[in-house]
Amino acid sequence: MTLLEVENATVRFGGLTALEDVSFRVGQGEIFAVVGPNGAGKSTLFNVISRFCQPASGDVRFEGESVLGHSPSGIAGLGIARTFQNIELFDRTTVLQNLLIGRHTRRRASILPQIVFAPAVRREEIAHRGAVERIIDFLDLHPYRDNAVAGLPYGVRKVVEIGRALSMEPRLILLDEPASGLSVEEAGDMRFWIEDIRAQLGVTVLMVEHNMSLVSAVSDRVMVLADGRIIALGAPREVQSDARVVEAYLGTGTAMR
Amino acid sequence: MEILQLIVSGLANGSVYGLIALGFVLIYKATEQVNFAQGDMMMLGAFIALGLGNDSQIGAPFWLACAGAILAMAAIGWGLERAVLRHLFGQPQIAAMILTIALGFLLRFAAGAIWGHDPLALENPVAGKTLRLGGTVLGLDEVATIAVTVVLTGLLYLFFRRTRLGIAMQASSQNQLAAYCMGIPVRRIHGSIWALAGATAAVAGILFASKGSIDPGTGFLGIKAFAAAVIGGFGSLPGALAGGLIVGLIEPFASRYLDAGYAQIVPYAVMLLVLVVRPHGLLAQVHAKKV
Repeated sequence: MTLLEVENATVRFGGLTALEDVSFRVGQGEIFAVVGPNGAGKSTLFNVISRFCQPASGDVRFEGESVLGHSPSGIAGLGIARTFQNIELFDRTTVLQNLLIGRHTRRRASILPQIVFAPAVRREEIAHRGAVERIIDFLDLHPYRDNAVAGLPYGVRKVVEIGRALSMEPRLILLDEPASGLSVEEAGDMRFWIEDIRAQLGVTVLMVEHNMSLVSAVSDRVMVLADGRIIALGAPREVQSDARVVEAYLGTGTAMR
Repeated sequence: MEILQLIVSGLANGSVYGLIALGFVLIYKATEQVNFAQGDMMMLGAFIALGLGNDSQIGAPFWLACAGAILAMAAIGWGLERAVLRHLFGQPQIAAMILTIALGFLLRFAAGAIWGHDPLALENPVAGKTLRLGGTVLGLDEVATIAVTVVLTGLLYLFFRRTRLGIAMQASSQNQLAAYCMGIPVRRIHGSIWALAGATAAVAGILFASKGSIDPGTGFLGIKAFAAAVIGGFGSLPGALAGGLIVGLIEPFASRYLDAGYAQIVPYAVMLLVLVVRPHGLLAQVHAKKV
């Protein structure tokens, strides 16, 4: 079953075509990776899906419905969460509070009961706290739950950002370079998180990643972008032996192993 | 007990400064714009209450006039963001700054055109009444001002601490990109912030007008409130209130013990001193994590 469908998406920035006629489908429960040299259009693709960027033509459908009429905040309510390559957390609050903000779209109580902390609000809050604690368990964030985010190591903040996205209970999570800047051990852990996100939480994963060993280990399918176009799409092994892919990578001086 | 009287009157004035400063900080924290029309919004709120409530004007009951002024200022704040400030989203800060200065002039002229430039008094139930506390006589208007400010501060605290909207406001002020992805409509939140700043300004205006008279130039009080916000640390809500109270307390003591000419300078001298000693304001660090 198709969860996300990108159809003939084209994005232009002035004279530059960042994405050209890109079409692909991500199935429910799939781990789908997008790779490509710098400037290939990977981030633009993510920004189109999360509505920070409007395509000149084409469509993006989530569960069969176009998302192009939605704002970046509207996407969250549909069940799409994302992380950022450079980590965008609420730095002056704790890990727990960051995860609790992930529950924003699921809070129902209105303002007056919230101010007096009415019994219904209390019950709702307990449910949200429970959901967040399960994510903290899931990602082993217990040692950091009450720490301010700003002081945490980079690798931990990366996991916190994934935790915040997961506490939204999304159907689809977009991971923007989840392993960038991580040590070899941390990248190894990241592999297991990504596998568990699908296996235990049933969340479909669409990720942009440069670390090819991670991509080959976890992805069902890999899409290679270069200069805004799809040059290969298939199982990791097929894609890596594709002559055009090798050329695209060698052409920019990045070896693909 | 002259000292007690000075303290009460200082706290009452300081409450008004603090509430205006709160408006500055609210908008600054959420949108990184400094609204130099905040003092004029306070003045306009007072005039709307006066226009609705005074017998010579519409003559509505005082409480109704207050509610009307608060709602009207919330709507005006929201409308200003929607119609004007939103278009400066992403523009250099200086553009918004100049624009709000112009807005201030506009509000002052509008108020002058409608209500004239002579000082007017807001008819209210506490004016001129006194409260006897042992041997001390306190103005009921001043005590009421302090009480209302305490209650409003408490409500704002609960709002930011407990409500979905208040927490969303804090989230958008910390990281707009992340707030969007959490499902927080950041631009609409900015509108709500301006509405909240407008409502707070109206309360400050009503309190100020209850203690004396107002004219369109009353908005220049905003400058003093700005100093208060700077003293408290521009990004901190408790700091804004504390700064307001400090400026308010300095004034009566300065004019009691110094020549009239010097007394006016003292709040600004304190602001300079604070900026030199603690460039981020008194409470900026301590309360950086809270709003």
